[in-house]
Amino acid sequence: MKIRINSGRVIDPANGIDAVLDLFIDQGRIVAVGTPPDGFLSDRTIDADQKIVCPGLIDLAARLREPGFEYRATLESEMNAAMAGGVTSLAIPPDTDPTLDEPGLVEMLCYRAKKLNRAHIYPVGALTIGLRGERLAEMAELVEAGCVAFSQANVPIVDNAVLMRAMQYAATFGFRVWLQPIAPFLSRGGYAHDGEVASRLGLPGIPVSAETVALFTYLQLARETGARLHITRLSSAAGLELIERARADGMDVTCDVSINHLHLCDLDIGYFNSHCHLIPPLRSQRDRDALRAGLTEGRIDALCSDHTPVDDDGKLTPFSESEPGATGLELLLPLTLKWANDAGVPLVQALARVTSEAARIVGITKAGHLSPGARADLCVFDPSVKQRLSRDTLLSQGKNSPFLGQELPGRVCHTLVEGEIMYSAAGG
Amino acid sequence: MRNPQLNKNGELQHLLTLDGLPREILTAILDTAAPFTEVAEREVKKLPILRGKSIFNLFFENSTRTRTTFEIAAKRLSADVVNLNVSTSSTSKGESLLDTVDNLCAMQADMFVVRHAASGAPFLIAEHLFANGRNDIHVINAGDGRHAHPTQGLLDMYTIRHYKQDFTQLTVAVVGDVLHSRVARSQISALVTLGVPEIRVIGPKTLLPTDVSRLGVRVFHDMEEGLRDVDVVMMLRLQNERMNGALLPTPQEFFKVWGLTAEKLSRARPDAIVMHPGPMNRGVEIDSAVADGAQAVILPQVTFGIAVRMAVMSMLAS
Repeated sequence: MKIRINSGRVIDPANGIDAVLDLFIDQGRIVAVGTPPDGFLSDRTIDADQKIVCPGLIDLAARLREPGFEYRATLESEMNAAMAGGVTSLAIPPDTDPTLDEPGLVEMLCYRAKKLNRAHIYPVGALTIGLRGERLAEMAELVEAGCVAFSQANVPIVDNAVLMRAMQYAATFGFRVWLQPIAPFLSRGGYAHDGEVASRLGLPGIPVSAETVALFTYLQLARETGARLHITRLSSAAGLELIERARADGMDVTCDVSINHLHLCDLDIGYFNSHCHLIPPLRSQRDRDALRAGLTEGRIDALCSDHTPVDDDGKLTPFSESEPGATGLELLLPLTLKWANDAGVPLVQALARVTSEAARIVGITKAGHLSPGARADLCVFDPSVKQRLSRDTLLSQGKNSPFLGQELPGRVCHTLVEGEIMYSAAGG
Repeated sequence: MRNPQLNKNGELQHLLTLDGLPREILTAILDTAAPFTEVAEREVKKLPILRGKSIFNLFFENSTRTRTTFEIAAKRLSADVVNLNVSTSSTSKGESLLDTVDNLCAMQADMFVVRHAASGAPFLIAEHLFANGRNDIHVINAGDGRHAHPTQGLLDMYTIRHYKQDFTQLTVAVVGDVLHSRVARSQISALVTLGVPEIRVIGPKTLLPTDVSRLGVRVFHDMEEGLRDVDVVMMLRLQNERMNGALLPTPQEFFKVWGLTAEKLSRARPDAIVMHPGPMNRGVEIDSAVADGAQAVILPQVTFGIAVRMAVMSMLAS
């Protein structure tokens, strides 16, 4: 099918484009931006006047809850949420049940996702069997099955010798290692940032050192083993500083932050709002501001949703007994736009954090940009519409969001995957 | 953000925490409690204020003293009291906290007195009642995790006012395991609101919450320095399991450094009073000579506790 997207404001961060242009799609690929190829006759035209056309978003962390947690969400429900959110590529953390440590399981997941024919998935394999931090997963086999990197999700390895060997082994093949900085003993038994709010509420705290001590270890081991390290879900100013220092020393390390930590801090817990029970914990305002500045200045490479659907039973409990996590796929774009608006970040720069930069971290070359030949994964959205977030508007099975009730900018009008219109908002 | 313990007229709907509660309400509770202290001295120790009301003591964590004093308070107000020791019933069968609450609502409960090991549990119940439009049911927090124990905080304020009258002239020290203490948090909140000019916390760094000074207190690690010229010494209970988490070496060392002895108490003002929320660990946080001494007001605290709980219940029900 040939599609022409007319007069949209095309924002393609990878190519530095931000201009009103037409875009031409044929056989699932972008064939031209600006002037149509010779003899291009479209089967379908999408009017994008006053709208923004950008690469489909790439999310570095989307838990689809399959296999194992289908009562919280299914591949189908969350894929629909992704489409409604303009997210066309998803990196899947390995903390499913069973964990993504088996090539057969990863193949099955990829097969199921392909059959659903919506967002592309990029499984992140378990670094160790069962995420138990004891034996290495079959990384070479897992990559053949479709894994793009290896991680422990938010289950840290206790034994640093195992961690070092896992990094060495991954480095043998040049595989990416994504690690969330959590020092196991320092974070144990804690539920909120160790500061005034937790002290006041009597919530056992998780000190910033739970992040920095882990980072020291990870950075040092990456330096020694040559592993390609990506740090996930930064939460603190001190953590970001450590990464910058490592970069100043010439180390090649990337990092991301979640939409929650970009917009919220421990004060948002209010009267024990369990939607704010997250891993890592929401930290102080100062930390949040440092993360925002880091993302604005490009010191943090990417922004992700850290999508974690939790059912009501998991949240309607006292804070410390609630399941951590928040739904996010449908919030990634609105919260990117909100940050861009609040911080005065040009959209071409803001959208890079959820498209081209995220693509670079996952290792996606065919998407995340709008160069001719690229996969026609696109998001067409209206930046001028504001919508109040409610349980009813969320397609994700997880209705757990700290942003419920807030007015957020942006409305996805169309989501295209490989040149097929997979989602259109009611009323176009 | 809606204050979950006040109704839309700014009156007390639930008693969940003393943090953020206006001074007028604190004072009103203490004023209401005063006449109730005399009820105990009557031949018929009963008032008809809560006649026909059902009060459920919902204890998800073991307690003898607090549960008993709530029970006595409710009975002196002529309420029907049902004690549920939930730690040994429904939740062990997998029932959720809110399912338990819904069931008791269906049994026409008028008031819940809740103790729970998790900070914030009574807030969850209050929010749930609000969401279901049950403004006729009231929740009293009888201790949630490390967070709050508002009736204990109130009875402590009652005790201080009884012996010292004016809060605005006092120096008060809270001593020991502040980190794990819901009592300490409620005491500090109330002392701040009632205008105590100097509130001190004394203890090792391992047992003081992070940024505790932001709660409005001065931090001391040296007991003798911290007790100098104080009017009120509020001791806290030290749980034995604190030795496990590498928070303290031994109870003996704790007693040596932070245990209240007559010698350490001599640093305080001569008319200083000594309080303890009970149950006491003699020889760990407090020496028997002090606990049984002339300055101790630990047993009057218990007596006042009943009057204060009667006051809270009657105010919520009215």
